Order: sequence, then C-alpha cells, then structure tokens
Amino acid sequence: MKSLLAVLTVLAAIIAFWYAACVPMNIKGVLDQAERAGAVVTPAAAKERRYMSEIGLVAKNTFAIGETWVQERPRLPAPHQVAVELWQTTVEKKVTSKRSLIYHAQVTLSATLLGFAIGTGLGILLAVGIVHSRVMDMSVMPWAIVSQTIPIIALAPMIIVVLYSIGVQGIIPKAVISAYLSFFPVVVGMVKGLRAPDAMQLDLLKTYNANTNQGFWKLRLPSSMPYLFASLKIGIAASLVGAIVGELPTGAVAGLGARLLAGSYYGQTVQIWSALFAAAILAALLVALLGLIERLVLKRMGVSA
Amino acid sequence: MNMETTTQAIRPEAAASDPASVETVIEARNLDLTFQTNDGPVHALKDISLEINRGDFVSFIGPSGCGKTTFLRCIAALETPTGGSLSVNGMTPDEARRNRAYGYVFQAAGLYPWRSIAKNIKLPLEIMGYSRAEQEKRVNQVLELVELSGFGGKFPWQLSGGMQQRASIARALAFDADILLMDEPFGALDEIVRDHLNEQLLKLWARTNKTIGFVTHSIPEAVYLSTKIVVMSPRPGRIHDVIDSTLPKERPLDIRDSPEFIEIAHRVREGLRAGHGDD
Repeated sequence: MKSLLAVLTVLAAIIAFWYAACVPMNIKGVLDQAERAGAVVTPAAAKERRYMSEIGLVAKNTFAIGETWVQERPRLPAPHQVAVELWQTTVEKKVTSKRSLIYHAQVTLSATLLGFAIGTGLGILLAVGIVHSRVMDMSVMPWAIVSQTIPIIALAPMIIVVLYSIGVQGIIPKAVISAYLSFFPVVVGMVKGLRAPDAMQLDLLKTYNANTNQGFWKLRLPSSMPYLFASLKIGIAASLVGAIVGELPTGAVAGLGARLLAGSYYGQTVQIWSALFAAAILAALLVALLGLIERLVLKRMGVSA
Repeated sequence: MNMETTTQAIRPEAAASDPASVETVIEARNLDLTFQTNDGPVHALKDISLEINRGDFVSFIGPSGCGKTTFLRCIAALETPTGGSLSVNGMTPDEARRNRAYGYVFQAAGLYPWRSIAKNIKLPLEIMGYSRAEQEKRVNQVLELVELSGFGGKFPWQLSGGMQQRASIARALAFDADILLMDEPFGALDEIVRDHLNEQLLKLWARTNKTIGFVTHSIPEAVYLSTKIVVMSPRPGRIHDVIDSTLPKERPLDIRDSPEFIEIAHRVREGLRAGHGDD
C-alpha cells in the first residue's frame, strides 16, 4: 500500500512536469493562433515575441495557458492528447486499418521477434564457442564488442542496401538489424553464465570423469539460466529498437518506425508521441513476458527461493 | 553395469575383518609437488611417503599451507605431482579417476540448487550411465545411509547446512567407489552438528568398509574418527608424524574423555606444535 502510494506519487510528478513543460513549449504557437483569431496578446507583434523567452511570454499571457494543452499540432503534446490518440488508434480503429497502431505494432513486432530469435540463437552459439575454445574467445569476442561501437543508425541503411542488392527485402533486413543489436547482450550474458560454475563444481565433475558435453548440459547450461534471462530482457528491448531503426531508412509504409517517420514529415507530433508510447508499451510487454517465462523456468528448475 | 561388477569384484568384503590380508590401496613414495606461481615456485609437498590400507580411516591434520588438501587432491588426480610416485588401487591416480575409484566430498556441499536432493545424488550416476531403475535403487540406499530418507524430493535450500553436507556425502557414495576422499567436509559446520556427523560418519564407515581419506584441522575430529592420523607441517608441506590409533573400532562419543583418546590427542598436538616450530 505504501509502495503503491510512492509509485503513484512518482507517476503524478512525471505527468505534472510534462503538463508544465507543455506551457512554455507551446506558448508561441498558441499566441500566434490567438493573434490571428483577433485576441489581444502581449506583445502584439509576432516579431517581438520571437525574441522573447517562453517563460516571459507565459507570464504576460496567462490567459493562454489552457490553450497550450489542446493544440492540434503542438510542439509538445499534453499527456491526455497522447492518451486519446493512443486510444483512438488502437481500440477504436479496426486492426486491419492502416491508421491502427496495433497494425503497425504487429508489423514491427514480427520483425522484432524474428530478429530476436536469430540474435539469441547466434548469441548462445557464439557464447558456447567462446567458453569452450580459447581461440574463439580471443578471435570472436573483440569483434562482437567492436560491432556494438558502430552507431546502428549509420549501419542500418548499409545493411538494407546490401541486402536489397542481393534481392533480400521485406521483413528480413529489419530482422537482421534487430538481431545485430540483440545478439550482443546474449553473448556477454551467456559467456558469464556458462563460466559461472566455480572451480569446485568443475573439480566435482572431473572426479566423476564427466566429459565436456555432460559438463555443459548438466552444469554450465543450468547455471547460466539466470544470466540468460537477464540478457534476453535487454536483448528483446534492443531488438525492438533495431526493428524500428530498420524501418526508418527504407521509408517503410508500415510499422512503428514508419509511423514515427510519417508523423515527423507532416508535423503530427501527437502521432509521433503515440507511436513512441506504443513502442515503449510493446517493449514493456515483451520484457514482462520474458520475466514471466523466467519465473516459470526457474520455478521448474526449483530455484525459486 | 560394467563398472559396478568390477568394483564389486575388487572389493573383498572380508578383508577388513581379517587382519592377515592387509592390502595397500594408496601408496605414495617420495612425492613432491611444486607450484609455479607469479611469486616464484611454492613447494607444496615435499618427500611424502605414505601407505594407506584397505578399510583405513586416515586423517590428515595440520595448519593451513601444510599441503593436506593438496595431497588429497593428488590422490584424486586433481593435482599432478612433480616428483615421486603415487598409486591408487595399483593404478596411477589419473587412471584411478577414470575408473571412478573414489568419491570426493568438498568443504562446501556444492549441491546443484536446480536439482532436488535425489536428483543431485543421481548426478554422478547419470554421468556414469547407470540405468534409471539402478539410479532409483542407489539413491534410496545412500539416502538411508546418511539418514536422509524422505528428503529426496526436497531442494538444497530447504535443508540445513549439516543435511546438505550429508547429501553431498550420499552423492559421493552413490556410485560405490571403495575410496572416499573428504576435504574438510564439516569445516563450515558448528560443533554440535559436527559431533553428530562424525558419529554418523563412523557408523557409515563401519557399514560400508570404505577406505577414507579425511582432511581436517580439528584435533578431536581427527582422533575420534581415524585409525591413522597423519600430522603434517607447512613450508614445505611434509609429513611430521604418523600415528596409528589404538582406539577400538567401536567409538561412542564419550570415548573422547578416555585417557587413551587424550593421549593420542596430546601426541597430535605436540606434533603440530613441533611442526610449527621452525617459523
């Protein structure tokens, strides 16, 4: 109960800050509109207002504060505007509609999941190789690290162009970018996890004359599960970012990335923000789903203490 | 099961009760081990010569750094000596390890938290390829030996430290190797639990007739348990004294108040003190 109160307080503070931020962000637009509509604003000339601070404008035109939260194309939309847009584009639109966020989310989600599957598989395989082979540890790990230092926004268009030139398009290029972002946390987490058993545990298996295979399946893999799930949670969020980034340079017509892009072309800030929130909610759902799977798996393994 | 028949065949049940047929199981001759570390070579074991007979309960006692654990690890082929010879069951230690000649109990129970107690005990059996039915049978047998019957379905975190260590002993017993190597198995437990486990261990030893190598730094524990006490001293790790216990095989806990016990304990303490004298 006490913690719920704390959580709600933080949430209220964020929303209050957001509403407050809308006022100076949108005041110029509101005053320009008001002036055109014939209202008296101070100062009266748009030219003068341009060089005044937003806070000063707010102070001189307190009557316009309410207007900053209901503009059609605000610089910063108010929380309720985003909420209404989200509601209208999810619940009130048919899923098949091009304006439905669910439709766009599902396009991005399919690329995310495909990329996540590829990235996770690749990550686990690389980790197994790195843990068992010193050569791989020394040759693969540095490249995995280097790969993550390149900004994905620079690399994504190249991946898409290269894949397009060999005739691959559609969901695959997006999934490749997704996988590119998500394999890394899985590699790092799995390497750590597979190396988690201490010297005593390894000695114990040696006294049984166990082979590498048995050591892997009976000790290393089960030991790595908590690490794997921590990595998967980072990986799935990275996958979603990858899929969205993959939609930007292609001028894709569907997907949350396309929605962001279209919103910015037409100055539809409400649309941009609702697409951002849709992406955030989607990521939260995916991470929560993984958390649930983690709980079930660890419970089955008996380590739910 | 191939393994099983061979170990059974090697193991003469009557040997211990018949003093005429003394059989050396572990034999070390002028054993040397030097570790190469960043701070230069460390002489961990120097000129260790020792014979352990079938059915012996041998304790290794000494201060930290005297090489008692290292020697046990050499027997288990977890370390490789740099000089001298060592044989286990007439084989090299590594061959003996491959033949699963011994069960090893570490200081920490080291049970897998994701396996139930029964499944933990099955671990070596699975690795060694025992049939499912045989696994079940053996798990029940050893659980009964360490007085944990009925706890097979529990997970390690549901058991106390002493019970966990008993489970780990059961795991080492499961594949019925005739040597049991124990590296300070009760070191992390409190005195009362330790007494109880010592008593149980003696009973278990009497019932199974195993050869036991036991590392400890508790004098009463060493004297109470052993037929042979090896007192070691550090830098370099070497044997200072070997004491053959005159205590009877049957040992109730209050034997520790007998003059005989106190005398042996005294000799061990003297040995430890003398070994420490040079630093």
